[in-house]
Amino acid sequence: MGEFAYMVLIDPFVQMFELPDFFVQVIWEGFVGGVLYSLIALGFVLIFKASGVFNFAQGIMVVFAALTLVGLNAMGVQAHLALVLTVVVMLVLAFSVERLVLRPLVNQPDIILFMATIGLTYFLIGFGELLFGGEPKIMISDQLGLPSGAVDFDILGGLVSLQKIDIAAIFIAGAMVAVLAVFFDKTRIGRALRAVADDHQAALSVGISLSTIWVVVWFTAGIVALTTGIMWGARSDVSFALQIVAFKALPVLILGGFTSIPGAIVGGLIIGIGEKIGEVYWGPLVGGSIESWLAYFIALIFLMFRPQGLFGEKIIERV
Amino acid sequence: MRAIIGPNGAGKTSMLNVINGFYHPQTGKITYKGKSRSAMSPNEAANSGIARTFQNVALFHGMSTLDNIMVGRNLKMRRGFFWQALYHGPARTEELENREFIEHIITFLEIEAIRRTPVSRLPYGLQKRVELGRALAMQPDLLLLDEPMAGMNLEEKGDMSRYILDVNEHFGTTIALIEHDMGVVMDLSDRVVVLDYGHKIADGTPGEVQKNQAVIDAYLGVAH
Ligand SMILES: Nc1ncnc2c1ncn2[C@@H]1O[C@H](COP(=O)(O)OP(=O)(O)O)[C@@H](O)[C@H]1O
Ligand SMILES: [Mg+2]
Repeated sequence: MGEFAYMVLIDPFVQMFELPDFFVQVIWEGFVGGVLYSLIALGFVLIFKASGVFNFAQGIMVVFAALTLVGLNAMGVQAHLALVLTVVVMLVLAFSVERLVLRPLVNQPDIILFMATIGLTYFLIGFGELLFGGEPKIMISDQLGLPSGAVDFDILGGLVSLQKIDIAAIFIAGAMVAVLAVFFDKTRIGRALRAVADDHQAALSVGISLSTIWVVVWFTAGIVALTTGIMWGARSDVSFALQIVAFKALPVLILGGFTSIPGAIVGGLIIGIGEKIGEVYWGPLVGGSIESWLAYFIALIFLMFRPQGLFGEKIIERV
Repeated sequence: MRAIIGPNGAGKTSMLNVINGFYHPQTGKITYKGKSRSAMSPNEAANSGIARTFQNVALFHGMSTLDNIMVGRNLKMRRGFFWQALYHGPARTEELENREFIEHIITFLEIEAIRRTPVSRLPYGLQKRVELGRALAMQPDLLLLDEPMAGMNLEEKGDMSRYILDVNEHFGTTIALIEHDMGVVMDLSDRVVVLDYGHKIADGTPGEVQKNQAVIDAYLGVAH
């Protein structure tokens, strides 16, 4: 018993201390994964805030965007042109969702809209497969001009190695969040978006068009999905299996709160780093692969103490 | 300036909801600026110059006073999504111009000191003032005010009355005002409409309405 307690409570920390360079490497890997979780969660939050819809299709949008990009390139379209065309496809998708899904279902209960996004998920799977085929594909990172290879640092008496593509991912994600922040804070449409999220009726009364706002958020979520898809695709490959990863966004949302953008970002990083550390230092104790459920476990524990999430408003039950 | 009065549940708020397009009437027509239609959409109403405030303050709670009023400029700003996404060039100029316009409203309503305060932290009276500011930012031709003075003390009521009169006199804005304080109603309005159980039971000058037997009965709760 004493030995087991030592293995769980002491030994992992001894390992972190004895091989600090490896520990930094682990944190870095977790951080990069966390950034990608943050981006997926961000897509959820955008749509949830503006339309109250929990978009089940967010994960498949990531796959669909990446697949469109790679698929167009495979058909002979030059990489950067394919990127532009994919953006156009995401815009068309946003318009279609507004026109064919949201508008006919306006004022229906949330659960109906949620079901509709499940329908959208299966439509996108089928449509994506039909157009581009279902087999896994390689992301066209080189053609897009994304860096490859690694940079090594000799620190802490060892070697820490950072993939250049990961560094690029972090910069691109950071830039995107910064642009979004300015957009929401300082522009008419950004303000209108926050207004709709706050009070539907009041927003309507000043002439804000819900249709426009919905198209804008779905398009923005589509762009976030495309970015996520490129980055994730570059680390593994582009396949429908990728959408499972989107469900990692669920614990991120529980942690960060469904309506908070900073929450999505911080929550993603906590889950990303937490699960990597758990996997490496505690995973071997239970035979490995705790990465697949640890995030949910962390979120559950968290849920008991702060059901509104890190940054969410306190829930006050009115009776 | 026309007041709409009547007992609770008479249908005053419903009336405003019909005018600004939240409700679509089952019968009857809305005639506005010489055009009759059976129903408006909120968008149409706002686009044709109708602004409103709400009986229960409906501000954007996550935003500052300034941002709340800026949202009222929504229809006056026309730069498209792509300029906005860049926050550059014309979009930025437009933003700054409108920001300047908002300053006039802030000065007019004497809320300079709370410009950057999140509205959720303001006392009720000031929230109502910010809500009026948001409606004024639309530069409306018709302003619908649903109990703008409910829950205010005497001094706050005095201030609010002054703002409402000023808007009416200086900008020539037509105002429909729902109010329960009869002193205020008699002072401010040119004409008074009385609703009871969803029906119009009187329509005249404040003096006429005060003497109307049907109105007196409605307020005293005489059986129908
Ligand atoms: N003309 C009408 N037709 C149908 N329902 C009405 C009518 N007038 C009032 N009502 C009903 O009465 C209720 C209270 O009306 P409301 O407009 O809020 O009253 P007030 O603002 O005068 O207190 C509303 O829920 C509405 O459904
Ligand atoms: Mg009312």
